[in-house]
Amino acid sequence: MSAIYVWIETFKGKASAASWEAVAAGRSLASSMGVPVTALVFGENAVVVANEAGSFGADNAIVCDDTTLTHFRLEPYAALLSDLVKKNEPFVVLAIASSRARELLAASAADTDSAMLSDALTLNVDDGDLVATRPVYAGKVWSDAAASGNTVFVSLRSRAFESAEPTPKTIDVITVAPVLSEDQIMTKVERFEEEVGTVNLTDAAIIVSGGRGMANNPATPPAGYAGDATVWKAQDGFEHTLKPFADALGAAVGASRAAVDAGYIPYAHQVGQTGRTVAPDVYIAAGISGAIQHQAGMRSSKIIVAINKDGEAPIFKMARYGLVGDLYQIIPAITEELNRRLGK
Amino acid sequence: MRIAVFTRSTPDTAAKVEVDAGGKVTWGDAATVVNPWDEYALEEAIVQAKSAGGKAAVIAIGAPMHEEALKHSLAMGLDEAYRVWDTSLEGADGLAYATTAAAAVQKLGDVELVIFGKESVDIGSDQHIYQTARKLGWTMLSYISKILEIDYAARTIKVEKMLEQGKQVITSQLPAVISVLKDINEPRYPSFIGIRKASKAVIPEWTLGDLGVTLPTNSTKVTAFKNLPPRDSKSEMIEGTPQEQAAKLVDKLLEEKVL
Repeated sequence: MSAIYVWIETFKGKASAASWEAVAAGRSLASSMGVPVTALVFGENAVVVANEAGSFGADNAIVCDDTTLTHFRLEPYAALLSDLVKKNEPFVVLAIASSRARELLAASAADTDSAMLSDALTLNVDDGDLVATRPVYAGKVWSDAAASGNTVFVSLRSRAFESAEPTPKTIDVITVAPVLSEDQIMTKVERFEEEVGTVNLTDAAIIVSGGRGMANNPATPPAGYAGDATVWKAQDGFEHTLKPFADALGAAVGASRAAVDAGYIPYAHQVGQTGRTVAPDVYIAAGISGAIQHQAGMRSSKIIVAINKDGEAPIFKMARYGLVGDLYQIIPAITEELNRRLGK
Repeated sequence: MRIAVFTRSTPDTAAKVEVDAGGKVTWGDAATVVNPWDEYALEEAIVQAKSAGGKAAVIAIGAPMHEEALKHSLAMGLDEAYRVWDTSLEGADGLAYATTAAAAVQKLGDVELVIFGKESVDIGSDQHIYQTARKLGWTMLSYISKILEIDYAARTIKVEKMLEQGKQVITSQLPAVISVLKDINEPRYPSFIGIRKASKAVIPEWTLGDLGVTLPTNSTKVTAFKNLPPRDSKSEMIEGTPQEQAAKLVDKLLEEKVL
């Protein structure tokens, strides 16, 4: 029996919340095709996560809880997924286009010579083909693409599909054995340094980003500071002005390329053409002029708020709300207001 | 021994890209540049080839416009450049690209490491990178921010990989395909002499026949390009003292039910 497969991404035995968006997208495809949604869960705690997938709309699940799958590694994950696809020929394999899923789905699509649509913003069945709209040219243009074949792999842009409200449910769970044993896997994880307490940019509902304007911090480096005072000011601003603001909102911290290139904040925070593409409910740009490269990474945000001392900055053209002024006066005021109003 | 790197020409990052009345993607008079992610891959190929005493080869799969990216690569200091083109590759998807890329690497013969930039901005995808590794049957190491060690004799590689949740240190086996991030290095600018040399270079062109490639039958096809829906142009300036601006903004965001 053919099905819609949805890979549920896990980290330390917990499903990523975005996975439920993929289950919901699978659910609506499955209804139009008259087939079940099968959740695929690999790694620790797989059975628990599988039942959670059931509550979000999966009909059944295939799980593999094995120590070789504890860390995500392409070799054992792709070997297992490709094996399941070859044996069962699902119509579609879906996942949210996280960095791991992009790699896993593409690898299995190659192993099985299947077509793949990546970063889908919409997904429909048209005349037997799967059709998706996806961003190209760094998000400046969209393309419609159609995929053919027995199995089509599709990665979905996170936050483009809405997840369902969960209703607790126990579903049929089939356990399978891993395909590769540890001595057949060449890639070994030696060390993992987790960044604790940071909100993932791609999943964030609210993002607060800082740009070149972060350097206008009135705070001054300690006496005898030997480094670049401008860099110190900007780094201090990210840490002591933007971070508390983000915390008050439960937001992730982003940055413009200019801020990253100037060494104000690590590259992992960069939003834009050579950084991450994001689409939060609220994007607050502080001290960012809004170059076209930055716009490419955030223009799908629902509400854009711009805070900049230059009222002529291009960012104001795309902002729903514009605040002209000194971010070092405005942001602490908003943080205070939020903490008071949201009762923190 | 060779290090291979793939590149392509893409519209300048500052270019306004849009779909014209005929449904074609255009970027007006804007120049094309090396795909911005590839500069880091090209730099890393130069550095790694030098430290290994090997050659750095750059390959572009695509129409003649991609020769520009190859010339830029040669000017940066890559040792060899090749372009693969065949009319049947027109509109090729990731799988067709990967099948071709793997065959090109095999044609070079003595490649130990293939380097890609994190993604191609024009096709908006990184799918072909992972698929090239699978078609070669090689190790795939993605999102690499640092190559810590390569031991060609023991055929091992140790890298630092960025994840959404942090950083991993990973060891694996050669030959390998890696995709590199922006913080791996500082790409060099082409030298004047490099540019002069590159402008005279004759770049060999391979067809699918030369590579002995048959493209996969399952595929994705672009049926149409379209411009983004216009953003809601409602825009409101919030004025007053910083405290007034703050209070009004919080009011607005609470009204929008997004907090």
